[in-house]
Amino acid sequence: MADTSDIRKGFKMLIDGVPYVVVDHQFVKPGKGQAFVRTRIKNMMTGAVIDRTFKSGEKLEKADTEERTMQYLYPEGDARVFMDTQSYEQLSLTDEQLGDNVHYLLDGTEVSVMLFQGRPIGVTPPTFVELEVTETEPGFKGDTSSNTTKPATLETGLQVNVPLFVNVGDKLKIDTRTGQYVERVKG
Amino acid sequence: MTTAADRALLATLELRATAFGAIRRFFDARGFIEVDTPAVVPCPGLDVHLSAFEVRDPKRGPVGWLATSPEYQMKRLLSAGAKRIFQLGRSYRAEEHGRHHEREFAMLEWYRAEASSDDVIADTEELVAFLAELLTNDGEALDFYAPPWVRLTVEEALRQHAGCELERLAEDEDRFFLTWAEQVQPRLGLEQPVVVTDWPPSMASLARIKPNGMADRFEVFIRGIEICNGFGELTDPREQRARFERDQAQRRATGAPVYPIDEKFLEALETGMPESGGNALGVDRLLMLLVGAESVQSVMPFPQERL
Repeated sequence: MADTSDIRKGFKMLIDGVPYVVVDHQFVKPGKGQAFVRTRIKNMMTGAVIDRTFKSGEKLEKADTEERTMQYLYPEGDARVFMDTQSYEQLSLTDEQLGDNVHYLLDGTEVSVMLFQGRPIGVTPPTFVELEVTETEPGFKGDTSSNTTKPATLETGLQVNVPLFVNVGDKLKIDTRTGQYVERVKG
Repeated sequence: MTTAADRALLATLELRATAFGAIRRFFDARGFIEVDTPAVVPCPGLDVHLSAFEVRDPKRGPVGWLATSPEYQMKRLLSAGAKRIFQLGRSYRAEEHGRHHEREFAMLEWYRAEASSDDVIADTEELVAFLAELLTNDGEALDFYAPPWVRLTVEEALRQHAGCELERLAEDEDRFFLTWAEQVQPRLGLEQPVVVTDWPPSMASLARIKPNGMADRFEVFIRGIEICNGFGELTDPREQRARFERDQAQRRATGAPVYPIDEKFLEALETGMPESGGNALGVDRLLMLLVGAESVQSVMPFPQERL
């Protein structure tokens, strides 16, 4: 059994049967009173972030989670199928579970799948992915420095703002943490 | 070659040296004498939620604890006739670690004999404003710290920020402190420092009880952070012994180590301690706030994680 002294960023605990991960935490001790640990925690199933205060020393149940490297294979209805790169075991996550991360999945993309009690609950894509532009206004030759941007649609359906010089068919590097354009990849 | 970390360390040292020098000048100019009391003491603070580090002699075993505050010894000096004393030293507390807590920290403690808590609140206002002037040149910050500060009773603070009545919380200390930590404290001192007075008598600690039945204890909050805890001091040895015994019983009941009662301190009260006001201020926290740092560790040269 863990207790509040184990709390740090990334610590995973079970509250009412739901796994939460600690996003931020602070030790507080009002005056001469009881000490507390104030936390901001994220529900690992829904992504919802809540504030929760624990009494210092309170017992906590560690969440039994596991991360495995898996490869994205193909869509199946409103779900996506992944394969464990070691055991070849396959499993699927719904688009709802994947949220914005569906936009970073290409055939063969390696992701880290989070499992809770053996069941998949979410994925972490690579920090950067390269995606091809399928739709955007024609580019302006020579305009490589301007701060003006235009919308573009990428092969996975992701919408990003890109510089004016980007054309259909270009490959772009995208930061999956922010969903933003980083640079054009020279082909 | 100096690295960015070296430069930050030197800046921290300079900040602390400037502040420590200014604190000493401040008290010197007001007729205080600087005192120093031991780090290893036979009886650490008995407050139920305080935890002290035990000190062991390699041959003889336990010899005492690291002082959680210099309070008992400094009050013995008041009984001996000292009128105005201050100490800029260190206190040590186990089981406290976070952005605003470090096991070893700079504590400024001062006492005025024949004075009240109002007198030390005035000292606190002037000291902080003086340090702010010295350490920041931001006009807004100077306005923020300028005295007089807002005063609130505990009852008013609870009503204003948590919408609840002290009467309903007073019996359940855990609920009181949870409400305080979650709803009240984060909202205290956002526009200017706030002095919170009139604590429930069960939380009086070493404070006297005022004619209105509340503890003559105050705490100052700046941007949701407590920077000091002061008292109109309890001088009655019988009442003090009864409180110590109550603290011991509570410690026994919760399984916390039961520290001995400081008989020398009680003897000093017997011989007569003048009516006094005193305050204990966390210097690291104040520096953190004055320079706009995020943690006490960032204004310490060697916090635990960099040792």
